[in-house]
Amino acid sequence: MAFTAENLGRAREIVARYPVTKSATLPLLHLAQDQDGWVSPEAMEEIAGILELTPAQVLGVCSFYSMFKREPVGQLVVTVCTNVSCLVNGGPELLRALEDRHLDDEDVHVEEVECIAACDLAPVMQVNYDYHGPVDAEAAETIIDEYKAGVRPARTISGTRVDAGATR
Amino acid sequence: MPETRVVTKRLRDHPEDSWSIERYLATGGYDMLRKALAMTPESIQDEQVKASGLRGRGGAGFGTGQKWSFLPKGVYPRYLAVNADEGEPSTFKDHMLVERDPHQLIEGIVISAFSVECHLAFVYVRGEFALGYERLSQAIGEAYERRYLGKDILGSGFDLDLILHRGAGSYIAGDETGLLSSLEGERAMPRIKPPFPAVQGLFAKPTVVNNVETLSTVPHIIDRGGDWYASLGVGRSTGTRIFSVSGHVERPANYEVELGTPFRELIEGLAGGVRGGRGMKFFIPGGASSPWLMPEHLDEPTDMDHVQNDLKSMLGSGAIMVFDEDTDPLLVAWRLLKFFAHESCGKCTPCREGSGWLEKILYRMSHGLGRPEDLDLMLDFGDNIVPGLNAPFAQTTICALGPSTMSPIVSLDRWFRDEIAARMEADSRKRIPVAAAGGGGR
Repeated sequence: MAFTAENLGRAREIVARYPVTKSATLPLLHLAQDQDGWVSPEAMEEIAGILELTPAQVLGVCSFYSMFKREPVGQLVVTVCTNVSCLVNGGPELLRALEDRHLDDEDVHVEEVECIAACDLAPVMQVNYDYHGPVDAEAAETIIDEYKAGVRPARTISGTRVDAGATR
Repeated sequence: MPETRVVTKRLRDHPEDSWSIERYLATGGYDMLRKALAMTPESIQDEQVKASGLRGRGGAGFGTGQKWSFLPKGVYPRYLAVNADEGEPSTFKDHMLVERDPHQLIEGIVISAFSVECHLAFVYVRGEFALGYERLSQAIGEAYERRYLGKDILGSGFDLDLILHRGAGSYIAGDETGLLSSLEGERAMPRIKPPFPAVQGLFAKPTVVNNVETLSTVPHIIDRGGDWYASLGVGRSTGTRIFSVSGHVERPANYEVELGTPFRELIEGLAGGVRGGRGMKFFIPGGASSPWLMPEHLDEPTDMDHVQNDLKSMLGSGAIMVFDEDTDPLLVAWRLLKFFAHESCGKCTPCREGSGWLEKILYRMSHGLGRPEDLDLMLDFGDNIVPGLNAPFAQTTICALGPSTMSPIVSLDRWFRDEIAARMEADSRKRIPVAAAGGGGR
């Protein structure tokens, strides 16, 4: 999907900050993901146009970083850490439980993540990049339900606060 | 023994609002910037930062003042890139500093930029730090409003712009040159050195790359003097350091202590020891990349040089992981290699291929399918990643991720060789030989 007029203006502002325009690649990919909930091929083409790159160059960068989703993943991205401090504190069990429960859930995308620098909260998960820990499967499920019901305000799947677009 | 809180003092004293500009100003914030701007850039570098003995807190432990002094004279523009891409497994100190004391970091950045005569700085903040990004973003806005950033900072004539740049999920972007590649809009692939970033870094201009904790320390050095800072710590490991202690401990958290404090004080004293009063099997002293240590090393001091030269490990990023007596070292090694294999950028063959094969072999070893020869097999081809297998590790790759893959393997060999041999023997005996099962070359 193409950038909205507002986001196109925002994109131009971002590009203008950098001494070399290509540096804006990651910020623009985040902006596209904030807008659409994923990074579509059309978005990569548009970003390439703005930055005077080829779409292949943008795809090459996009596909390197695990936060960028190149297909729609739903409203909530739940990442569960299983690296060593979480490994010995129940991270893998938490991941398995959430994966099983949300296998066919179109709104919730569960994935394993490498150490997210919150080992004091092990086992830790993030929901759209907000931290929750230590949590067991039951507590995690309650939190996810609260996000789904809108009781907890969720960030975008790129981790941007929904009311804070302008600070990007 | 209590902590020695320097960098973490404000966030511990005022957990309710340590990140706010009001709290920062009420606790002496930005006074050190005023003081620094009245000094000369050279005197900050030589009489303060170099004299303090401050060494980089990201992992490599290189002298901060010395790093700054490598910038070629008279070449401009210069850039400062702040590494807030904390990703070394079990390290969670920069995450805390960014979220809970962003102004301290900004003050450190402005002072450091003034000292190295740089007018454009970048903070590369890890993509997953959503709240950290938000707090820093707000703090930068407040700093601009109050003229701690921007044109003619506090009337000194010094200009500095600060750009906040979000990563998007990549461990290797935390490598110094990987970070520069990422900041330039590329895959975060490290670059061969030389040229070092100080000579040809961001956009091929002289660039200083410093860690969050390192720069957050700078205002305190200006406040109380380089000599004061150097009086803390031990030997060439001066000052305090934030250790992230986690795993099987009662109180996993960040603890700031003088360098040289024994591991026992951190693990048993501050973190409350192994959970449930159990015994300890082993601990990892400095992040996933560091070779492991044993309970017999608990009384060793956290002295960077001693840990490297005498214990053949490293303090690295200051992440201490503790594992109780029932922990399977093969499972921990496998998980670490799964991490390295996932995060290898793929540029150098020994790392790209080596990490993948190590992960596969460790998977079978830790899941009942190992073979008696597996440990030696890993050491054999691992010698192509780390020639000689002796610490400090030699490397056949551009960055340190390659040799880091061998830390768990070398540790298994050093501490658990007999245990592993017995287990592999038993595991293979449990399996039905191919011939007996009716298969194999008939």
